[in-house]
Amino acid sequence: MIYLQLLWSFIQIGLFSIGGGYAAMPLIQHQVIDIHSWLTMQEFTDIITISQMTPGPIAINSATFVGIQVAGIPGALIATFGSVLPSSIIVMTLAFIYYRFKGLEVIQSILKGLRPAVVAMIASAALSLTAMALCGKSTFTADIDTVNAAILIAALIILRKWKLSPMLVMALSGGIGLLAGLIL
Amino acid sequence: MDSKAKRYLTLFLSTLEISAFTFGGGYVIIPLMRKKFVGKLKWIDDSEMLDMTAIAQSSPGPIAVNAAILIGYRTGGIPGALLSILGAVLPPLVIISVISVFYKAFRDNRYVSLVMSGMSAGVAAVVLDVVISMSADIVRSRRILPVIMLITVFILAYFLEVNIIFLIIAAGAVGYIDGAVRKS
Repeated sequence: MIYLQLLWSFIQIGLFSIGGGYAAMPLIQHQVIDIHSWLTMQEFTDIITISQMTPGPIAINSATFVGIQVAGIPGALIATFGSVLPSSIIVMTLAFIYYRFKGLEVIQSILKGLRPAVVAMIASAALSLTAMALCGKSTFTADIDTVNAAILIAALIILRKWKLSPMLVMALSGGIGLLAGLIL
Repeated sequence: MDSKAKRYLTLFLSTLEISAFTFGGGYVIIPLMRKKFVGKLKWIDDSEMLDMTAIAQSSPGPIAVNAAILIGYRTGGIPGALLSILGAVLPPLVIISVISVFYKAFRDNRYVSLVMSGMSAGVAAVVLDVVISMSADIVRSRRILPVIMLITVFILAYFLEVNIIFLIIAAGAVGYIDGAVRKS
């Protein structure tokens, strides 16, 4: 029974969270705290914090976390499966439609309109990430972390100039953050 | 190993690797996928990458998983999509399962938070880098409409926090009208 509840809860979370992690958060909270009491508010805050410290989407991280707390490894597998099931079906259908009709002139015009808009949205996310790294919030304040500012500028120069692997740059940034924190 | 099996294996390992480095939210997957699938493997080009981003962020579910599904479908149809879902889900599933055992210690660990802080600066640099490259491509196209759209959508998304789905629909409509006007 618990497996079915987990599956159904995370299918709903997966289905209704459009637009990334922050859209998923209230849905997760509603399902796992308000409806099922699987987590306390403190545990929920913890998993959000941990999500920010580990790779992967918040919806998947919390599915795994809730599943494992409530019903062990099988619970984690089932909840995680539920969280990706709706997007799997919907996005595969859209992929089919996209590759079937992308050659059409009408679709080409629409896609041409979308591309600069998508770049603009990534730019908007990039500024929020920058504010998060420098000021600890999603908007800029005067209180700037100088170590992170130095890392960011150096990383950007390295990426622009030497086209180093983004993963390597991220790993190095973490290493320098650790060193700087221990020394300073 | 035949070339088809090799392609599937490359797809799986690439999505696995990218997912293990998707820190800081879904948009981080864009520079990582661009480096791997546009730059290194040359399976798709930049405009297809942007189309995939548009589909990924306007569909339900995590952007990172949706983008993985699209690249998987493009590379190997439905089996490819299923394989890339597995690749995208495994790292967070394993990492959270392990961390859930000692998550309080992990959350409060000073070294972990120092690494994460430095890494957040690296993540911001990686996303800023891709934004610079993509914006430069749009400016270099020497058409005025995409540049205007880039700036307008950025202002609407970042400063006015207009809903992303609405922006995508509006940008698609502008593209459609532009195509119709240029045809006539």
